[in-house]
Formats: sequence, structure tokens, C-alpha cells
Amino acid sequence: MSLNGCDPQVTLGRTAVLEVTDLTVVLGGRVVLDNVTFDLARGSVAGLIGPNGAGKTTLLKAILGFVTAQSGSLKRSAADGRAVAKVGYVPQKIDLDPDMPLRARDLVGLGLDGSRLGFPLPSRKRRTRIDEALEAVGAAQFADKRVGRLSGGEQQRVLIAHAVIRQPDLLLLDEPLANLDLRSEREVVDLVASLARDSGIASLVSTHDVNPLVGAMDKVVYLAAGKSASGRVDEVVTTEVLSALYGHQVDVLRVHGRVVVSAAPGPPPPHVDPVAKHLAEQVPR
Amino acid sequence: MSALIHALFARGLFSTATVPTAAIVGALAAVSASAAGVFTVMRGQSFAGHALGDMSAAGGSAAFLVGVSPLAGFIGIGAVTAGAISAFASRGRRARDVSTGIVLGAGLGLAGLLLYLDTTRSSTTGAAVSVMFGSMFAVASSTLPAVAAATGFVLVCVAALYRPLLLSSASGELAAVQGVRVKLAEAGFLGVLVVAVALSALTVGAVLATALLIGPAATAVRVARRPGLAIVVAAAIGIGSTWVAIVLAYDSYYWSSSHAAWPVSFFVVGVIFVTYVAVEILSSVRSRRAKYRRARSVRSTR
Repeated sequence: MSLNGCDPQVTLGRTAVLEVTDLTVVLGGRVVLDNVTFDLARGSVAGLIGPNGAGKTTLLKAILGFVTAQSGSLKRSAADGRAVAKVGYVPQKIDLDPDMPLRARDLVGLGLDGSRLGFPLPSRKRRTRIDEALEAVGAAQFADKRVGRLSGGEQQRVLIAHAVIRQPDLLLLDEPLANLDLRSEREVVDLVASLARDSGIASLVSTHDVNPLVGAMDKVVYLAAGKSASGRVDEVVTTEVLSALYGHQVDVLRVHGRVVVSAAPGPPPPHVDPVAKHLAEQVPR
Repeated sequence: MSALIHALFARGLFSTATVPTAAIVGALAAVSASAAGVFTVMRGQSFAGHALGDMSAAGGSAAFLVGVSPLAGFIGIGAVTAGAISAFASRGRRARDVSTGIVLGAGLGLAGLLLYLDTTRSSTTGAAVSVMFGSMFAVASSTLPAVAAATGFVLVCVAALYRPLLLSSASGELAAVQGVRVKLAEAGFLGVLVVAVALSALTVGAVLATALLIGPAATAVRVARRPGLAIVVAAAIGIGSTWVAIVLAYDSYYWSSSHAAWPVSFFVVGVIFVTYVAVEILSSVRSRRAKYRRARSVRSTR
């Protein structure tokens, strides 16, 4: 997917919601992010891809402001260019007891005003906004169920509703596809794409598996050992770049307009990282 | 009719001076315990609640030794315990559990010493039993204003911290993203827990305080799907348990010819436990029935 045929540089320069320039983060003496540079256009979907330990979570935390950068800059600008962009965050999962008395709509409501003091006063306006957010992510039918009793895919939708109810400019999703079955995976990806298209919410989706996002993302941000490479999918999802990223022969095939990422057969090299191994197991054909 | 009433409510129940005090203390303690207890259950902090309860044995026996109100002793030792637990707990639930265990061990040792001093110095054996297992009937009516103030503190704090606490109970990460100062909310809740446990210890004794804190709350979360409603249900169960216990304890005077009334704390804990088990059985029957019905409807549509 190209950026509507425009010159990417011009498009991004004008409507970038996030600009990360030469970001370097050092944690406990270890360089976790090493001059990471990329930007994210309003209403676009970017995949943040890399093996475990590549710095994906640290990058998300840096964008959220929980991790201080050693050097470089991180600019979050809202659509109109005046204010700082609002950021929504979707964790991989939340560990809730099935008995926890918290309905899906309660959690979404906490996305609206969870940091305020006092009881949430019931108002029609608040209820409407919660209903709309639940509707937008297709979670209306389990709005009154306990969050802890929902399936992984259902919980993911509720967490997305929790994050988007305040209408953020930028949505960060941390491994949203981990532990989901194929169908839920597809549904969550479609949801993120539709939020970008219809509501102009830019998304940065971290994942160690490229496949589910291919076709839905406008851009790829690759992280490997703290270093980054970014660009359009067809520029970066290539045999050369993926092989370099995983340190292991990975073939990228394009079949019927779909990109198939396949690990080469044969025994894995001795220093294979867990993600390359995972990839090799996951794509047997 | 009057025979039935007399069978239910033993003679003198409504004319005994200690009964209204006991009923008020029991109800206020139950309300505080529910407000704190539902969050304790949600946050998985039952062990901290239990430790605070056990620790109050040291506070109660110290109060007995120096002759101040046991409530002051309970709250005092609770504050020290909470401070020690937070100081030792670096990060994470496991670290918190370990530091709670260490502080608890030290505190119980201290309680042992203080109870020994209580019994040797004042030569009463009642101190140990009343500190450990309490009695609503033994609460002096002069303590009522303090009990009411403590309950007010718990309710105001829980109401104020309601949303940040709820969000951080669901996920500390989400709460931090929303701008909740998670550590501060946690510290505030620990303060609430200290006072609620002190009230429970006053009502049913140090050792049984957890039962009043956790029991009604654990039952309520099985029944209620929303957090606010769970607190209300827990409070109802707690008040019901303490009041039924008062009646039963009073009745038990006439149960045997020796005329020795059974301890009221036993009945409080007993009623709470029976309620929990009953709700547990009912909800498992209901979910099994629902499963059966679903299975049948699937079969019939085929």
C-alpha cells in the first residue's frame, strides 16, 4: 500500500503525528535503542516489527514518556499542529480474575475518566460515549460481561475501546496479536485499519510476526538490536532486509498480491534467536 | 407468635445495653470492611489484609498493656506494619508477599511477647482471647464516636480514590498511561486497608479480622458484576452476618444447661462462611444449568 501516490516525504512532513529522530535510549548501561528514526503520518498504520529484545517495548514506553531518551528527539503533534498529540495505549493483555467485578463498559468508561477522583456520576452523555466506543470496536454484544471472562480477542477489542474513547491521534498497540487465534487476529487487524481510515487514528502496532499485518499496514518500522529501518512495506518486507533482521535466511514471496514470509527449510543456525525459530515453526510450507 | 419471636430472639436481647453498641459497631465495621475488601480481593492483596489483621494482635495487646483503646492500638500497629511492608517491598507482587511475610513473622513474635506480658502483669487470662478473637459485646460504647469517624474515613477515601483504584486494580500500566499516580493510589489504599482491618479486629478479633474483610467481599464479587454494586452487596452480607451473629450468640446462652454463651465472633465468621459456600454452590449449579441449556439448544437447532 503506498501513501496515495504522493511523495512520502512531503506527505509525512506535513501531517506527521509522530516524528522520532535519532532516538537513543540507554537502560542499565545497555544501548536499547540506537539512533532510531522514523515518522508516522496521520491516519496511517505502521507495524513495529523485530525479534524479542530488539527494543519494541522500550520504544513504545519512550513514546508514552515512561522512558527518558539519552539523545535524539520525539515529537508528537496533533492533527491541527497546535497541541501535543493524544496517545492511546493498548497493552498485550490484562491479567484479570474471571470474578473481578468489572464489566467491559466499566473498563471503557475508565478510559474516559479513570484518573479523576470520585465515583463516575451516571450521565446520558457518558453512557452514550461508552456505547459509541464499544460499538466502534464491535464490542457492544459483550458490553455487560465481566472483562475477565472474555476471550483474548474480545478483551483486545475492549482494550482498544478503552484507548480510543478519548479520541487519540496516535494509538500504540503492544503485541496485540500475541495469543490470538487466526480469526481474532484478522479481526483486530481489520479494526486497527478501519480506525485509521475512518477516524484518522494513526497506529503503531508492535509484533514479532509480520504476516498478519502485511496488507493492512502503510509502513514498517523494523527494529533489530536497537537499530531501525523504516519505509513502505514493499521496500522493507524483502528477502534482503528480513534476512538481515533475523540473522537467518528468510524468503519473501509475493503470491496473488499477498506477501508470504517464509523461513528457509533446514536446521536453524546455532545462534538462532527465539523469534526466527518461532517464524520457522510457524511457516512450515 | 410471641413463642416464635422468643425462639428467634432470646429474652432480654433488646433490653441489654451492650446489644445496640455491638450492632452499631458490627454494622460500621462491616461497611468499612466491604469498601476496602472488594478492592483487596480485586487487587489480589488478601495476604496483606490478612497480615494486617494478624499484626493487630500486637497492637491490641500493647493497647491492653498500657491501658488505651484497642482501636488505637490496632490502627497504630497497622500504620507501622503498612509502612514496613511498603519499605521492604521493592517491586512486584512477589516481593510484596515476601516482605509481608517477613514483617508478619516479626509482628507475631512481638504479639507473643506482649500477650505474655499482659497475662503475667495483669494476671488476667482474658486478654489473649479478647485480643485474638474479640467480642462485639465487649466494645465500650465510648468507642462509638471513634468507630464512626474511622468508618467515615474509609468511605470518604474509597469514594475519592474509586476510579484511579479501580483502573490500577485492572492494570497498573493502563492507569499510568491515563496519568494516575499509581504509587500514590496504592499508598492511599493501604491507609484505607489499615483502618478497615483495625475496625474488623475490634469487631471479631485480630485473628478473625480477615474473615470480615475478605469473606463478604469474595462472596459479593461472585454475585455482582459491577464494582460499586459489589461493595453494596458485600456490605449487606457483612451487616447481615454481624447482626445474625449477635442474635445467635445471645440465644446460645439458653442452648445448654450450663448457660455459657458461645463467642459472638464464632457466629460472625460462621455465617460469613456459610453464605460464601451457599453462593458458591448456587452459582456453580446455575452455570452448569446454563451450559446444559446451551448444549440442548445447540442440539435442537441441528
